[in-house]
Amino acid sequence: MNEASNSEENQQIPPTGDFLLEVDQISLSFGGVKALQDVSFGVEKQQIMAIIGPNGAGKTSMLNVINGFYHPQQGQIHFKGLHRKQMRPHEAAVQGIARTFQNVALFKGMSTLNNIMAGRNLKMKRNLFWQALYYGPARDEEMEHRLRAEEIIDFLEIQAIRKTSVGRLPYGLQKRVELGRALAMEPELLLLDEPMAGMNLEEKQDMSRFILDINEQYGTTIVLIEHDMGVVMDLSERLIVLDYGRKIAEGTPDEIRGNQKVIDAYLGVTQTN
Amino acid sequence: MSEADTLPKFLLEHARDRADQPAYREKDLGIWQTWNWAQTEKEIRYLACGLKQLGYERGDKLAVIGDNRPCLYWAIMAAQCLGGIPVPLYQDSVAQEMKFVLANAEVRFAVVENQEQADKVLEILEDCPKLETLIYEDPRGMNSYQHEFLHRFAEVQQLGERYDEQHKDFFENSIQEVSRSDTSIILYTSGTTGVPKGVVLSQDNLVQTSRISADFDQLTSDEEVLAYLPMAWVGDNVFSIGQAYVRGFCVNCPENRDTVLNDLKEIGPTYYFAPPAIFESLLTRVMIRMEDAGWMKRKMFNYFMEHSRRVGTDILDRKPVSFIDRMIYALGSLMVYEPLKNNLGFTRLKLAYTAGEAIGPEIFTFFRSLGINIKQLYGQTEATVFICVQPDGEVMADTVGKMAPGVELKIADDGEVFYRSPGVFQEYFNNPEATSKTKSEDGWVATGDAGILQDNGHLMIIDRAKDVGKMKDGTLFAPKYLENKLKFFPFIKEVVTFGKDFDFVSAFICIDIEAVGNWAERQNLAYSGYTDLASRDEIYDLVYECVESVNVDLARDDKLRGSQILRFLILHKELDADDGELTRTRKVRRNIVAERYQPLIDALQDESQKQCSIETEMTFEDGRKGTVEADLKIMNVQKISTPVHAKAA
Repeated sequence: MNEASNSEENQQIPPTGDFLLEVDQISLSFGGVKALQDVSFGVEKQQIMAIIGPNGAGKTSMLNVINGFYHPQQGQIHFKGLHRKQMRPHEAAVQGIARTFQNVALFKGMSTLNNIMAGRNLKMKRNLFWQALYYGPARDEEMEHRLRAEEIIDFLEIQAIRKTSVGRLPYGLQKRVELGRALAMEPELLLLDEPMAGMNLEEKQDMSRFILDINEQYGTTIVLIEHDMGVVMDLSERLIVLDYGRKIAEGTPDEIRGNQKVIDAYLGVTQTN
Repeated sequence: MSEADTLPKFLLEHARDRADQPAYREKDLGIWQTWNWAQTEKEIRYLACGLKQLGYERGDKLAVIGDNRPCLYWAIMAAQCLGGIPVPLYQDSVAQEMKFVLANAEVRFAVVENQEQADKVLEILEDCPKLETLIYEDPRGMNSYQHEFLHRFAEVQQLGERYDEQHKDFFENSIQEVSRSDTSIILYTSGTTGVPKGVVLSQDNLVQTSRISADFDQLTSDEEVLAYLPMAWVGDNVFSIGQAYVRGFCVNCPENRDTVLNDLKEIGPTYYFAPPAIFESLLTRVMIRMEDAGWMKRKMFNYFMEHSRRVGTDILDRKPVSFIDRMIYALGSLMVYEPLKNNLGFTRLKLAYTAGEAIGPEIFTFFRSLGINIKQLYGQTEATVFICVQPDGEVMADTVGKMAPGVELKIADDGEVFYRSPGVFQEYFNNPEATSKTKSEDGWVATGDAGILQDNGHLMIIDRAKDVGKMKDGTLFAPKYLENKLKFFPFIKEVVTFGKDFDFVSAFICIDIEAVGNWAERQNLAYSGYTDLASRDEIYDLVYECVESVNVDLARDDKLRGSQILRFLILHKELDADDGELTRTRKVRRNIVAERYQPLIDALQDESQKQCSIETEMTFEDGRKGTVEADLKIMNVQKISTPVHAKAA
């Protein structure tokens, strides 16, 4: 309890070497709409952290800021100890941030395998000419990347749809392919935007297990947004709660569960600031 | 002729005589990996030595749980090499089901495939006091498990490799000590009735039946089989272990459960086994895809399939067929049959077996007319599979064939089939009472099936002996016979009929979601899932037609005319093994279904009711439970009193 209230009052996190990602007093607005106001938090290495909050609280905006899609008007982001103010998404990708989207964003006409291979593209060194030739070093490179893609397919248990075009897959599987494509980048930080939206209980369980396994096996740090409270509380070590673009709480699942501000936010008590 | 008389000795023999020939294949990371017999022997040797190091003794039981993987086959063989007894379990059983088997079989060691299976075993650990050591193959997700009795498969093998270096002769000596009468395996029957029973089979049971049956069908060491049916099922132990070791052919393991059909195509087995349901779904897939093909292809397909239906089976059975028909058939092979077989993975297929349930005549004829030698056999776990098989050239859709070599058969007065054979099991493990009920002193075993031995020596199975009954007016009621007739329609997946001691026969029907779903798509019928689709009037009409045509069929038969199905409903959920409604081999557990859905049966029998509501408990894959409520419509079917003459089929 005290930890949660402390960090909340200070709004400052002392920079330590253990944080992979630090978000420092970020404010983001679109015209008059204040999407994020003064949000600060830190994510430790190999941690699973969840961002929760009611609809429109600014959760997806936060992810978009982290991977450089939105540029905040105020504040700073430290990733791997490096400070940055602005970055484009592909730079974020090169640095090791991968993400999935709330609405699946895959290449629908391509197969599962090719979608995942697309995720490897950043890692490939040969240029288009060599790749088209598929000879010598380009071929070796392709084989090496194919092996990595196959490992991901094995990991996510999607062998049966390896060559199916993803547009034909049910939603739950598309989500899994999208996760696979993000994994293909071998990210250090994985941002998951509602990975379990629209899934049934069994699919949610599968997905939870994948998230835990990714964290355990690859040591990937994960920041996720999720609405299913049961899942969030089970999965994450730490949570931050956003409401109307402000951080209203931060702490372990147990601390958050008992936090009155969070309960109010979810039950819809009128804001009095 | 080989000198080996136990499976472990066959292993040594193959490692010596055909070291470079493939023994196992498995698709891993998208590529087929091969182990030859020499490598296989090493894998098994190291595993066996590793088990020894962990304290495995002669006679110890070793549970094996997982999908068909080479490493699990090696675990089975490693246990046998040490004089131990493997006990394979159904991999999709929930923890509570496993508890009974693990405790009943007094299992000390367990080898599991992955975290999923390990979790189940850990969940019931307290109820299995004898279980000491758990070995897992796939390390994924297992890092945080700190239990001391947990070992990684690869580590056990490393342990064994060191032991083998220090004790060079241990493995060979241990194999020499295994005798023909030693127990080779305990297989738990899925149990259509009551709790599972552990069928004890000796080395002799497996070696003898495998040898005889391999001779009967002229299997060689060049066969390729796809091992995809549960390892706990006796068939897999004969086809993928017994015969594979006796002949020394190659066993291919699919990449995972969902890729089987694709792997089938890539491997192209020469010898294949599938229950009727799989052949049925293959046929359904072909038909669905042909519907989507262009008109020219469809025309060509229909023309040549019509031709093959007429002459295909005769050509396969080497009966006289006119020269012109043969020429057209040859053209058909080029244009349709061979490409189709290639697509199914059946190009190299010399022999296929189907058993377990009756197979629809259309399905059977479809595959045979393509030139695929698919035959039926009749067997059970207690017989090490083989009781009756269909010899080449004497293959019929409605019988299960003649007595297999070495088998004696007799039919009791009440129609029950008894047999005696080299494959007859030793006993039910720890259950002398059940043993004496099933197996007589002089080795005759009761099958529990009612059958008729025809004049040509072929056996026809009607139903479970205890299920055959009389209706109120005394009409013969053979539920399975009716159900099979209905199940032969592609739209219908499962049927349960009720008629014993009733005035008329009524039925629960489960639709085949793939076939009906495809049909619905074609009709532009939007639906959200099984329950929604099953309640649609359009689907009821579809099923009505099927039931009606079965009644037309029944009306032709004097004995069965009274058992026409007069009322039916479509269940709101598929029958599921997790709910105990089906056995793990997907046979209906009649009494459990009747118990769960008693209100529905009452409503079916009460002709004034047009619908009925029901609340049922459902079990999810992880064992959690939920309830489903549904309002089900009941539909009446016209009784057909006079025989109607056959419509064009």
